[in-house]
Amino acid sequence: MSGRVLVGVKRVIDYAVKIRVKPDNSGVVTDGVKHSMNPFCEIAVEEAVKLKEKKLIKEVVAVSCGPQQSQETIRTALAMGADRGIHVEVSGKDYETLGPLQVSKILAALAKKEDAQLIILGKQAIDDDCNQTGQMTAALLDWPQGTFASEVSMDGAQVKVVREIDGGLETIKINTPAVLTADLRLNTPRYATLPNIMKAKKKKIANVKPADLGVDLTSRLEVLRVDEPPQRQAGMKVETVEDLVEKLRDTGMV
Amino acid sequence: MANPLKGEVIRLYKTLLYLGREYPKGAAYFRGRLKCAFMKHKDETDPEKIRQLVARGDHVIKELEALYFLRKYRAMKKRYYEPEN
Repeated sequence: MSGRVLVGVKRVIDYAVKIRVKPDNSGVVTDGVKHSMNPFCEIAVEEAVKLKEKKLIKEVVAVSCGPQQSQETIRTALAMGADRGIHVEVSGKDYETLGPLQVSKILAALAKKEDAQLIILGKQAIDDDCNQTGQMTAALLDWPQGTFASEVSMDGAQVKVVREIDGGLETIKINTPAVLTADLRLNTPRYATLPNIMKAKKKKIANVKPADLGVDLTSRLEVLRVDEPPQRQAGMKVETVEDLVEKLRDTGMV
Repeated sequence: MANPLKGEVIRLYKTLLYLGREYPKGAAYFRGRLKCAFMKHKDETDPEKIRQLVARGDHVIKELEALYFLRKYRAMKKRYYEPEN
């Protein structure tokens, strides 16, 4: 086993930014808006680095697909402890239509090329909320998947994953190579400190084009329209309990 | 200022300045308060006192990191998970 882990990181609009829809309803305003690493991807990077610190795996490779700015996201992953990065360059129209299907094809090709033992991804991105890339990657590679992982432990060539599901927690054991997707409670991501960021500048980021990996980026989806959620109606104030009951009867709730 | 401690103080200032970029009330607000806080003690010469102040600064760094983590964690929890009641 190569002991190599691929971690996918996505550059998204920062979670604390107030999102605005473009006036033509074609998408969301991204120019000049603060971007950062997807919070679930941070948790994925942290888990990979933890596995390396426990000496259960040998190398952590951070991968990101996108324009030049995606390199900043890879640098953050390197500062958190990844060993090297791979930037798959996708820009312009291709980047606008880049979705889980294309990314999972890219990750599958990279996993074969790098002889990866594990792929760890965030469970979903906070911009598109697809929750598909991990599952699609596992399907393309015909690898087992441990999704919504809230606890991961390695047992030889197998991985024990505790998954967060609707009814509670599910524990499964899967063979490697495998794909894992990180849920919120998997770990506490470390903050990339200044000295680590300086050290990360020396780590290598390889540049790859999707064509080199033999991946076709055409999308089968077309975004027709993007709208803001409906505005919350202002509440009404009533004077007495009798008024309240009357109003509830009027709207048919009682 | 004693020479080895000068490096410590500068390291502390740079680290806090870097962390301040994400401060909820804005990076400019943080930078102003940070500068005031450092300027208040600029004439300190006792190495023991300086070490204490640097330790206090390190504590602030830990508090900021905890603040940022909790903010993000609570935002994600609120957005993606059912309330537990």
